[in-house]
Amino acid sequence: MNDLPASTRPVHEGLFQSDPPGLLGTRCDDCSQHAFPRATTCPYCGSERVTDVALSASGTLRGWTTVTTAPPGYGGAVPYGFGIVELPEGLRVITRLATPDQRFTYGLPVRLQIVALHDAEDGTTIETWEFAP
Amino acid sequence: MSVDVEIAGIGIHPFGRFEGRTVTDMGVSAVRAALAEAGVGRGGFQAAFCGTAYAGVAAGHKVLGALALTGIPIVDIEAGCASGAAALQLAAGAIRAGQHDCVLVFGMEKMPKGIIRSSFFEPWREEAGLAATPAYFALRAQRLLRESGLTPDDLARVVVKNRRHGVHNPNAMFRKEVTAEEVLGSRLVCDPLRLFMLCSPNEGAAAVVLRRAAGSSAGRVTLASAVLRSHLPGSVLGEATPLSGIDDSAIPPPSTLAARDAYEEAGIGPDDVDVVECQDTDAARELLAWEELGLCARGEQRSVLDAGDAALGGRRPVNPSGGLLSKGEPLGASGLGQVVELVEQLRGIAGPRQVEGARTGLAHTVGRGANASVTILTRS
Repeated sequence: MNDLPASTRPVHEGLFQSDPPGLLGTRCDDCSQHAFPRATTCPYCGSERVTDVALSASGTLRGWTTVTTAPPGYGGAVPYGFGIVELPEGLRVITRLATPDQRFTYGLPVRLQIVALHDAEDGTTIETWEFAP
Repeated sequence: MSVDVEIAGIGIHPFGRFEGRTVTDMGVSAVRAALAEAGVGRGGFQAAFCGTAYAGVAAGHKVLGALALTGIPIVDIEAGCASGAAALQLAAGAIRAGQHDCVLVFGMEKMPKGIIRSSFFEPWREEAGLAATPAYFALRAQRLLRESGLTPDDLARVVVKNRRHGVHNPNAMFRKEVTAEEVLGSRLVCDPLRLFMLCSPNEGAAAVVLRRAAGSSAGRVTLASAVLRSHLPGSVLGEATPLSGIDDSAIPPPSTLAARDAYEEAGIGPDDVDVVECQDTDAARELLAWEELGLCARGEQRSVLDAGDAALGGRRPVNPSGGLLSKGEPLGASGLGQVVELVEQLRGIAGPRQVEGARTGLAHTVGRGANASVTILTRS
């Protein structure tokens, strides 16, 4: 029906949703632990009984740093923030953070947002997630 | 009665950058030296284990092929930064089990400059900026500083110590002392880690010949234990570099697991160790290793630094070789490089780096996987 290329696409399918914004994970039916990214087995107990869930978009900052040199294979701009956010589900996620910010403190409330990472060769904007104060 | 395994020979190709020299060339150099010292040639050893992460398919076969020493089983082993130590552990096990009398163990690497690229990370994870290994190190360092009261000044002191040791190591890449001011003034890579606080991936090789010990012999260096462990599920900040985890303060890290097993197997405790070579991928990593290996309690690092206990001439020197901060880190070779250093220390031939009267040494690696190794050597 519509041959126009999508104007945006995620850096990888199945990691996050945009509306409402949130990471996509799994909850184990046996041990109740949450995991990210989605997996067919629970990385905490090995159970195959896992249920797909959307994870909370708000969390708590548990660690932060700034990446100043582009690591191999990276598609975006430097510098960028990098850290750990704890979600209410009891899960700590390694994540990109909004532009390095002096306000970053241990325990700071942060919220997930979907942002442009870079433009692909065909003009498509590649999106990823990050957390921001 | 368990079988004693002795170190019959050691060999090392210097760690650094060697334009025009292949990883096979470096492996040949280290293997030839170790076999010569052990007095072992074709027919004298029954298996070879080669640790390497980046040298590719049948890398160990190429080395022994160049020396016309093939025909025996040759096994290439990848266990991240613990690859060489994993090879050692398998070789020792084969001798203790009675499968072989003499086994060659070697490790080698030729790595590109800069941040290590690893097939461990999916392409999208690299593209999204989530494969930044030094950033993981930085988060771990930040946590250590927050929880222990240590400061970036303390990180600089570790670098100053190891680089001072490295001055006397002809096999190290960096042989120039640095001051704390220079360390704290070097480029910020990932706060709180600065360039001089991070080791450089580089090139090199090391080899060890293990042999079933017969009778007793004064001065002989034997393997008291060689342990490899991986991480338990859950930690978000370990060398396993997961994308998520849980609050991990109650989960013993793989280095602690390996240390416990190694002390038990050797029948000793941390207080019996005279000299240590530990993983100092970054300066905070070494301070964390001290507590993981039971060398000090959490939060005691500053008093150890103040007392000079971990420096040459101190109570129990750590990284007299200069550590990875001086030598650089050729992944597959680094663990065996530590063993070569400890054997020289226990033989009393380490020259200006000598830890006086050293009889028991401990080597520790930890890295991708996660894999952690602890090797304990003793001199009879």
